[in-house]
Amino acid sequence: MKMNQLKIPISILLSAILTFAIGIYAALPWWSFVITNAIISMVIVQKPWISFLTGAIGVSLIWVGLALGIDSANNHILSTKVAQILPLGGSYIKLIMVTGIIGFLLGGLGSLTGSFVRK
Amino acid sequence: MRLLPLIASAVVTVALISVLDKQLTIGSSKTPKLGYFLSPQQGFWKNAEKVESSFDASIVASELKGNVDVYMDDRLVPHIYADHDEDAYFVQGYLHAKFRLWQMDFQTRVASGRLSEIAGADKLSIDRFFRRLGMVYGAEQTEKYIDENNPVMKATVDAYTAGVNAYLKQLAPEDLPFEYKLMNYEPEAWTPKKTYLFLMFMSYDLTGRAASADLQLTNTRDYLGYDLFDKLYTNQQDSLDPIIPKGTNFAKASIVPIKPINADSNYLRKGILGVANNSTATPEAPDKNNGSNNWAVGGSKTKSGRPILCSDPHLGLNLPSLWYEVQITTPTHSTYGASFPGSPAVIIGFNDSVAWGVTNAGRDVLDYYELKFKDSTQKEYWFNGQWQATTNRTEIIKVKDSADVIENIAMTHWGPTMFDGHYQNPQSMGRNLAVKWTGHNASTGVETFYKLNRAKNFDDYIAAISLWKCPGQNFAFASKTGDIAIKQQGSFVARWERQGDFIMPGQDSSYDWQGIIPNEENPFIKNPERGFISSANQKSVEPLYPYYLGTAASFPLYRGISVNKRLQGMNQITPEDMMHLQTDNYNVFALTARPALNKFIDPTKLSVDAQRWVKQMNDWDLYNNEHSTGITIFKTIWDSVENAVWGDELAGASVPLTKPEDFVLLDQMCKDTNFSIADDIRTKNKVETLREEVMIGIENATQKLLSLEKENKLEWASFKATRVTHLTKIPALSRLNLPIGGGVNILNATTDVHGPSWRMVVHLTDEIEAYGLYPGGQSGNPGSPYYDSFVDYWAAGKYYRLLFLPKDKLVNHERTKWHIQFKTA
Repeated sequence: MKMNQLKIPISILLSAILTFAIGIYAALPWWSFVITNAIISMVIVQKPWISFLTGAIGVSLIWVGLALGIDSANNHILSTKVAQILPLGGSYIKLIMVTGIIGFLLGGLGSLTGSFVRK
Repeated sequence: MRLLPLIASAVVTVALISVLDKQLTIGSSKTPKLGYFLSPQQGFWKNAEKVESSFDASIVASELKGNVDVYMDDRLVPHIYADHDEDAYFVQGYLHAKFRLWQMDFQTRVASGRLSEIAGADKLSIDRFFRRLGMVYGAEQTEKYIDENNPVMKATVDAYTAGVNAYLKQLAPEDLPFEYKLMNYEPEAWTPKKTYLFLMFMSYDLTGRAASADLQLTNTRDYLGYDLFDKLYTNQQDSLDPIIPKGTNFAKASIVPIKPINADSNYLRKGILGVANNSTATPEAPDKNNGSNNWAVGGSKTKSGRPILCSDPHLGLNLPSLWYEVQITTPTHSTYGASFPGSPAVIIGFNDSVAWGVTNAGRDVLDYYELKFKDSTQKEYWFNGQWQATTNRTEIIKVKDSADVIENIAMTHWGPTMFDGHYQNPQSMGRNLAVKWTGHNASTGVETFYKLNRAKNFDDYIAAISLWKCPGQNFAFASKTGDIAIKQQGSFVARWERQGDFIMPGQDSSYDWQGIIPNEENPFIKNPERGFISSANQKSVEPLYPYYLGTAASFPLYRGISVNKRLQGMNQITPEDMMHLQTDNYNVFALTARPALNKFIDPTKLSVDAQRWVKQMNDWDLYNNEHSTGITIFKTIWDSVENAVWGDELAGASVPLTKPEDFVLLDQMCKDTNFSIADDIRTKNKVETLREEVMIGIENATQKLLSLEKENKLEWASFKATRVTHLTKIPALSRLNLPIGGGVNILNATTDVHGPSWRMVVHLTDEIEAYGLYPGGQSGNPGSPYYDSFVDYWAAGKYYRLLFLPKDKLVNHERTKWHIQFKTA
């Protein structure tokens, strides 16, 4: 496999790992992954739309993954309540989707912005 | 570098972050910061607790004198074993914070008039009300007094405070309680003053109705004129069964309060006709049904020969609950019961020698005095023939997203000026009113519980409660040695008849309180012949008692009649019998009211539909059970008849007037068919009789019942819709439509938002046998399975056996699940 083909899975993986890692430091802003994503796409140069997608997928993977794990261990107790407050009709699935969409958009935008620095 | 796309992309990114990082206004409410709130590593997801969580932990705290072991049972009740009393309270504070931090913080913010700080200008009127009522002022008096005079209580509250703050110090930002994330603010350090503020809030909750009632009564009197007022809001309760049995002798009064000679004309306004006046809404006041049951049966009436004590305080039903169960064991004492998150010690509970429970005394300890200020600066007011200087108290209310609001409160001889040119409510009608309240006085209320927790016998109980001032309570007591007792205790004003029911003239001292009744003269009984003691918020004594208790409207009658009648007839009592009595749904009010209604019903003149409802009402078994339709029909008919009878008297008023109590109409129906007030004054050429008003009432009720039937709401539980509401009132965080019976006037006093907030039955056998629960759960976290884990059990009228054991037995008990070790550094 060529190096170029590896760039996509590597940047997705990096994005996911760094999102998780920087998220551990909860004293930092919740959107710190936007910065790490931007840095990744500065280092791994790809087409802007590819950078966007890798960053978006990386963050939403980790956000949805974490939310799914937490939610199933919690038997949906809290997500069902929050999905009534927000309001999403009490659907925890929709709530996890909204969580994923926010991660997807912001993660992608962070990577996109970074990619334009190098292009 | 591609500059334009870079800038464009950066701008969009920053814009999206900033939208997701701020609270958006939707309608009247605000969203959380959505990006933060939904972040799985920082936001609400972190509060979604694993269902199979372990609560094992090891905590190091340099403040501790020794190590403390806490064992959590399967209901998440902590059993604290400490070698030093102060360490136990440190750990109690730590655990309250760990499981109830947001609630403690929120409740004390409400009490101190700081809601606007987190919720914005919408809440200003609530904040101003509490500030002007003197909530902060009262807490300051208590703090000062305890700091200067009571080193043991100071050390206790300080240790508790240090425990709360030790938890706060290690609290990571991602672990903030759910509600902080939702409402976007942060907790602040606990202080002893917050504990006193919390206790002020309980004083307000249990005696603060007078802050609204005295204005309403005054307006009602002004509207109706005193003579009619005195008939409708009579203080005479024919069917009263008092706490202290009738025929008990009272000591001669040591204070004989003298009614001012001009009181009939200047204060009661006898003979002055009513006048209509203008006003609209009623501000919120503590729930009228804030009350409780407690009783104890002596060994002569129980199967075991040992006393059984029962207590169930009736309060607003909230999540997180007002109560938190705990066992505290130190070398000086071992106690179990319900504690207040916000205060050290157990409030209602038992130890290895005695048990105690409280109900509200309902006595009037809050009065208004009308002031005459020299001018609008309020620097001087007229008192005892001269201009007296006020002092100014400044309270600063911080308001979220808005400028501070400054309250200048003129402090007078009577107390803080509640209403003046700067602050009015719909009932204060432009008057300048100072408020005098026993809640303002320094109080060592915490010490009463501290000492009850350690009481070994009857004498210890009396010594403990003699310190109690506000809110006045009926303290029920039972001991392993066989004593039972009840005493109404508090700072009670020695009043003349109707003193303080209305706003009093404040221009001289003749209307002042003439003394506080000495403790020895407070209503009290020990080991009565009938073998039981009880209280259910009724008047504590018959009218022979030498002091005036306050207006009869403050004292519900029927639960007292119920409990006394039942206990009288019971023998060989077991704890199970007592649980059945606490959850009993029998309607003793309807027992008298239904035949009284029937006396006035002429079935031949009723419509076909009305006949059907009357028949169903008469077929009812008189139990307010969950599925009963009879109670819904009876209540709808009764309310409708009351409206027909009183409606005309009260309808013309634009002021908010309170409806006369149920007993007023019932007593009249029982003895008199020519009740003059029955006449509808709106029909000029006709004199209505009570019989006609009852018939009108039934036809009106028929329409309501038909629509209830259509909506499928005839069954009592669906009609009543009992709920346990989150403190923010957010429905998703509340439990709605619970399947439970009961109601007003019922021993199971569960209404829509109010009811038995902690049910406890304690059998004082050698090894204490105790049962209890509250409608909530030990965890305040809406994301925890322990958030509402007792609610269904509570609604079903079931009880948990309470684990109260010495350490060696508890450690190995099958219900013990987790161990939290506290180690001194």
